[in-house]
Amino acid sequence: MAAPKTPVTLPDYQVERIGSQIAEGETIKSARPHVLTDVVTNFCPGCTHGIVNRLVAEVIDELGIEGKTVGIAPVGCSVMMYDFFNCDMIEAAHGRAPAVATGVKRVHPENVVFAYQGDGDLASIGTAETVHAATRGEKITVIFINNAIYGMTGGQMAPTSLPNQVTQTSPYGRDVSKVGYPVRISELLATLDGVAYVERVTCDSRAHIIQAKKAIKKAFQNQIDGVGYSLVEVVATCPTNWGMTPQNAFQWLRENMLPYYPLGVYKDVVADGFANAAEAALERAKDCPIAQQGKEA
Amino acid sequence: MAEEFNHELLCVLSGFGGQGLLFAGKVLANTGLIDGRHVSWMPSYGPEMRGGTANCSVSLSDDAIGSPFITRPTALIAMNQPSVEKFAASVQTGGTIVIDTTLAMDGAAGVELTDGVKVIAFKATEMAEEAGLKGLANIICLGRLWAETHFCTREVLDAALVKCVPAKKQHLLDPNRKALQMGIDLGE
Amino acid sequence: MADTQERVLMKGNEVLAEAAMRAGCRFFFGYPITPQTELAAYMAKKLPLIGGTFLQAESEIAAINMVYGAAAAGARVMTSSSSPGVSLKGEGVSYMAGADCPGVIVNVERGGPGLGGIQPSQSDYFQATRALGHGDFYMPVLAPSTVQEMADLIYLAFDLADEYRTPAMILADGMIGQMMEPVTLPPERDLSTLPAKPWATSGTHMERKHNVVNSLYLSPEKLEKTNFERFERYAEIKEKHQRQELMLCDDAEIVVVAFGAASRIARTAVRDARAKGIKCGLLRPITLWPYPEKAINQLLDNGAKQFLSVELNMGQMVDDVRLAVNGRADVSFYGRTGGVLPTPEEVLEQIEKIAQNMERGE
Repeated sequence: MAAPKTPVTLPDYQVERIGSQIAEGETIKSARPHVLTDVVTNFCPGCTHGIVNRLVAEVIDELGIEGKTVGIAPVGCSVMMYDFFNCDMIEAAHGRAPAVATGVKRVHPENVVFAYQGDGDLASIGTAETVHAATRGEKITVIFINNAIYGMTGGQMAPTSLPNQVTQTSPYGRDVSKVGYPVRISELLATLDGVAYVERVTCDSRAHIIQAKKAIKKAFQNQIDGVGYSLVEVVATCPTNWGMTPQNAFQWLRENMLPYYPLGVYKDVVADGFANAAEAALERAKDCPIAQQGKEA
Repeated sequence: MAEEFNHELLCVLSGFGGQGLLFAGKVLANTGLIDGRHVSWMPSYGPEMRGGTANCSVSLSDDAIGSPFITRPTALIAMNQPSVEKFAASVQTGGTIVIDTTLAMDGAAGVELTDGVKVIAFKATEMAEEAGLKGLANIICLGRLWAETHFCTREVLDAALVKCVPAKKQHLLDPNRKALQMGIDLGE
Repeated sequence: MADTQERVLMKGNEVLAEAAMRAGCRFFFGYPITPQTELAAYMAKKLPLIGGTFLQAESEIAAINMVYGAAAAGARVMTSSSSPGVSLKGEGVSYMAGADCPGVIVNVERGGPGLGGIQPSQSDYFQATRALGHGDFYMPVLAPSTVQEMADLIYLAFDLADEYRTPAMILADGMIGQMMEPVTLPPERDLSTLPAKPWATSGTHMERKHNVVNSLYLSPEKLEKTNFERFERYAEIKEKHQRQELMLCDDAEIVVVAFGAASRIARTAVRDARAKGIKCGLLRPITLWPYPEKAINQLLDNGAKQFLSVELNMGQMVDDVRLAVNGRADVSFYGRTGGVLPTPEEVLEQIEKIAQNMERGE
């Protein structure tokens, strides 16, 4: 790839931070966001966690919220995320990130609180916490990485593994007649009144990554604006446990994941003309008298 | 007899849920609070509260109270037959049993009582309704028990009643007082 | 709220809630279960009126993890449940211990195992004193025996939790939780004297290095080091915070050991035994962890020859009595389980049996 001809536009503090490292005549192709620490991550080569971590970091930088952001790391491949981010971080038990995020947000409503979770964490062991944080309309932001497999433990069947997908614990392929169907989280959560915004994105191409970043930014902006619970599902790859090269993994994602997990916005109360999730919920329940109580107040 | 009970009253109040026995127990407990005595009020709890027999144990004592569950009561107010059957036999010698025979129609018949237990049986619910004091048979029974055992002074008994009627239900204070006096009058 | 100095008649569960608020607790996360529900209901009613947050979680697991989050964010926070629900909290309590997060967990015990029953029990002694969750840790466990102690001990539990950065537990039971007794409520805690929480995750505000609240250490040496450091704190707690009440123990040859509800029954039995001329006393542990070993040693030095542990279970605390006695006296056990309470007469019978055996020189 040819180097860009003009420097990327950077926020002032970044120019200040990395300016000294630039030799005369060099152009900045890409700078590490301020909220990312200067450490080597534990992600495998070709893993898409790195991309999404970076997108989250860029959004935090661009919104200027590092000082008030508290992140909740999950159990899974991104378990060490608390080492990668410069904002305050909490390591949660497996699946409990939404409950931990709830605790933090209730104590400090002025903080921006996000949870970053994989499919086993969010859609299996933590389904109850996920559904209930969403239906409570917790004003938090959730980034959900769906790569259809348990990565950290070495490639077991995930709640989102596709029908017939071979994994360590579905060695003959996921048999839906015995173990059931994958959980489609975005579709599921979009039905809940507490949810303000759900979008499913992916990161297999530049265009999709740009779209993913827009979605993540919106999910954070919604929290700042008090719009309600926002979740971005990122359809991702796991080259290591899928047993593929990164490029083949993207190809597999396009051929198999995206038809099963269609990209798009599943709920967006603002686009629907509401100020927040609560307003949209009132409208949906307009024929239920008790749900309308206190509407005027 | 009043003197004998002065240092310790161990009272079980029992009947159907809704008959107000937990409330009557609270009035009793509050007399001890006002008098600065040791007090415990222990309700039955759980599913049996909903539909079955509701009861509470109230201990008033000059010493620290051991178990708040009363196994050998010195007094019993029983407002239905199951309560009589469950508790009457456990009342100690010298003890008092007040039975509302509106619902506990058999009174203490068929129960083997300890020697020296006094049974006072009358139709409290019927009396209450006739006097326009529907739902206050519990307080009539409490008044009757007080007349028998004098577990506190009359002033303290009234103060406890005042304390237990919530601010929002002040219109119920007078009927409660009437019911209390009606029970006391029965014993004199 | 009732006045500070006034003696009021309140239910044990409600007193736990009221005293917790007075201790500065403004966050409660819980799930309904008998026989602790009055505590949650009281919090639901009162906390919003003083700017606090009551949240009914979707499960006990979610509740304790909300507690973990709120504690990490620096708040005074608590949860409450009863035995089966407390089992579910084990996970979160272990994480709190591992991440050095203070918080208070209330267990108003009922009978077990499994769904068990709803009558008073002490069958979670092992679970509480062996710290409830996985991993190498303990937590202070306080056992109230009166409604007044419900107030006093939850107040203390918040302070111990903050001082030593640890979860702390109130181990009560259905009897103390459900009963009403007169209580003098503690004053509002002066929150300006609380230990600072520079480790809390409430945002860097770009003024400090980022805080991490975490219990994961992939390096065994680092994990060992944090455990060593935590056990130094435990040693200090053991040294400073063993608490107990002694009754009629000065010349006691037979010492009945009982806590919480069982101690109330034992108290009556010990008095009755004294009336019969038996040199019998009561040791009532107030802290179950740390266990009052020093008091037991003192009693042994004073000539105690027989210890009888009376519990509402099949014999759990008796192990700690044996450990503390360390072979210097005989230790026996009497208990009822499943929510059945022993009568004072039953306990007296045990005491008399021991006294007779001593006379016979057995």
